[in-house]
Amino acid sequence: MATETLTLGKALNVGLRKALENDPKVVIMGEDVGKLGGVFRITDGLQKDFGDQRVIDTPLAESGIIGTAIGLAIRGYRPVCEIQFDGFVYPAYDQIVSQVAKMHYRSRGKLRIPMVIRIPFGGGIGAVEHHSESPEAYFAHTAGLKVVSCANPQDAYVMIQQAVASDDPIVFLEPKRRYWEKGPVDVDAPLADAYPLHAARVARPGTDVTLLAYGPMVRTCLDAATAAAEDGRELEVIDLRTLSPLDLGVVYESVKRTGRAVVVHEAPGNLGMGAELAARITEECFYSLESPVLRVTGFDTPYPAARVEEEYLPDLDRVLDAVDRTFGW
Amino acid sequence: MAKGDPGVTRGGRRAAPRSRKGATGDPELVQLLTPEGERIDSVTGPDGTEYRVDFTDEEYRGLYRDLVLVRKLDAEATALQRQGELGIWASLLGQEAAQVGSGRALRTQDMAFPTYREHGVLYCRGIDPIMPLGLFRGVDQGGWDPNEFKFNMYTIVIGAQTLHATGYAMGVAMDGKTGTDDGEAVIAYFGDGATSQGDVNESFVWAGVFNAPLVFFCQNNQYAISEPLERQTRIPLYQRAAGFGFPGVRVDGNDVLATYAVTRHALDNARHGQGPSLIEAYTYRMGAHTTSDDPTRYRIASEVEAWQAKDPIARMKAFLDKQQIAGADFFAEVDEQARRESVHLRERVLAMPNPEPTTLFDHVYPNGSPLLDEQREQFSKYLESFEGSAH
Repeated sequence: MATETLTLGKALNVGLRKALENDPKVVIMGEDVGKLGGVFRITDGLQKDFGDQRVIDTPLAESGIIGTAIGLAIRGYRPVCEIQFDGFVYPAYDQIVSQVAKMHYRSRGKLRIPMVIRIPFGGGIGAVEHHSESPEAYFAHTAGLKVVSCANPQDAYVMIQQAVASDDPIVFLEPKRRYWEKGPVDVDAPLADAYPLHAARVARPGTDVTLLAYGPMVRTCLDAATAAAEDGRELEVIDLRTLSPLDLGVVYESVKRTGRAVVVHEAPGNLGMGAELAARITEECFYSLESPVLRVTGFDTPYPAARVEEEYLPDLDRVLDAVDRTFGW
Repeated sequence: MAKGDPGVTRGGRRAAPRSRKGATGDPELVQLLTPEGERIDSVTGPDGTEYRVDFTDEEYRGLYRDLVLVRKLDAEATALQRQGELGIWASLLGQEAAQVGSGRALRTQDMAFPTYREHGVLYCRGIDPIMPLGLFRGVDQGGWDPNEFKFNMYTIVIGAQTLHATGYAMGVAMDGKTGTDDGEAVIAYFGDGATSQGDVNESFVWAGVFNAPLVFFCQNNQYAISEPLERQTRIPLYQRAAGFGFPGVRVDGNDVLATYAVTRHALDNARHGQGPSLIEAYTYRMGAHTTSDDPTRYRIASEVEAWQAKDPIARMKAFLDKQQIAGADFFAEVDEQARRESVHLRERVLAMPNPEPTTLFDHVYPNGSPLLDEQREQFSKYLESFEGSAH
């Protein structure tokens, strides 16, 4: 077992390299993914090693990226599209929602679009507007798309390969503020034995409150759990990993034990993932709940200017404040 | 000509055409058959390309048969909608030559990306005309396998399919399937309104920079529902190609011969690795946008009458008749075939079963979803709760 210490970004890079090696039909396409290796260097070195027909620098047109990727998929390719930043996915929204998501359904299963749409998402990097958004609810709300997000290097490495290998169209959300965080990655473990793509996982066991998070907020919740432990509270942190479909078995089991749940995400709260989770938990765990399901989220504003984003983003203190409030009922 | 490849088979008696060099009333328009049915031997396009066709009599008759059949089947679909058997229908009336000419120009290995009005192209691809009627009847969503028929599913979002065609054509090139006589080419259909869409313009950019083996086939039928061409463009549409770096040509879209010649030329250029081109098939939507539309609100009768005089079928019939390629018996036989096929189509449309309710959960994902499994199960139980009751 070859375990290496990699950043999350490098783990994605190595995972994509494996995907290119494993299937000659896999193509990477996007803006600046070639010579530059992407603005976050996630595709660094791949065009040099696989050529410009496997790693394609595209014109600067997001709808064009997704639309032509559909055509390539019809032709038998497996496109991995990079959208440079979350806030730039909207020009491609029609192609994603009206075309990618519906083709298998409309064709009654005769046409598959095995596409991965990689989107660096979320804030916390001091960026200018349109570079810090969390659009996951738009995609999770769309039938025909699957939506996942990785939270650590090991998952990044495995999940990107699983997503590429899947015949479902997958929106793959990368927590951009965590690109530089390091962790152990077992680069030789067979993909077939890996933890399933569409499964949640307990990231830290606990007994008192269940924290539900994904992507960048998993780290925040783990830090909150560490802090809470010093005060004698054991928080269970669940890394949801898959936002569509949600893997709720792990969630229900946890909440039935703890009786309390707090959902944490960067995206605005109104009609966000937390709303769906709260509804589902209420339906399934009603008699186990000691308090309502609470949400700690971004506010229902446009993503604010960078100098106030720390106030906008859920952080350790806001998570712990919500945890405290679950004991107030 | 249903299975034929017109223009490839040589021989047979030909009409005696006159020759002309780009001398139509409209110098921009490639035309090989005038509205009066006069045959023009060859025409030189704006870029110096000489267009001609070289059909046998049998092939000429085959094209006429195609035109009549697709018009009749289309009329039957319109009638079915009027009788409540289809939810809506987008008629191709008036555009038969543009569709038959381009459809017959496709070689077997070529791939087509239609809008929702290419019933004539579909027919020329040898596809059962019943296939799209499920979509318009509402029993399915046009669910065929694009790769089986080399004909993509109908696309309703305007212009979206041009990007799919571009990507597919990039794949053709990446597969090394260009550069030879048996190379593959791709054709993307769209209308004049679609040329305003971002996706179409993005397609032009992409096809150009990737040298995709693609023919952009714009049926300029003069209207995007109610909006005239002047609301979409300041210049002739085919001239837009120049700005994207590939050839553009305007063809008389009511002339099946010229449309065939221009499309075949563009497709063969594409399959030989010479990249994309744009064809503007200049035609007219004789009917409504769809059966839900009322064109009398936005266009005048004299305009429609003027285009009536350029009818694609009438001119082909006049040509066949004048040149004694076909006579009354032939025309009657074609009409009878069209009648039979339309009756057959009608019978099969009426026999289309409604889908079972729980099939609405099918095929959302190749790998399924536990959420949908749960909803399907709950909904099935709900339905079962009514069984045996009078509800």
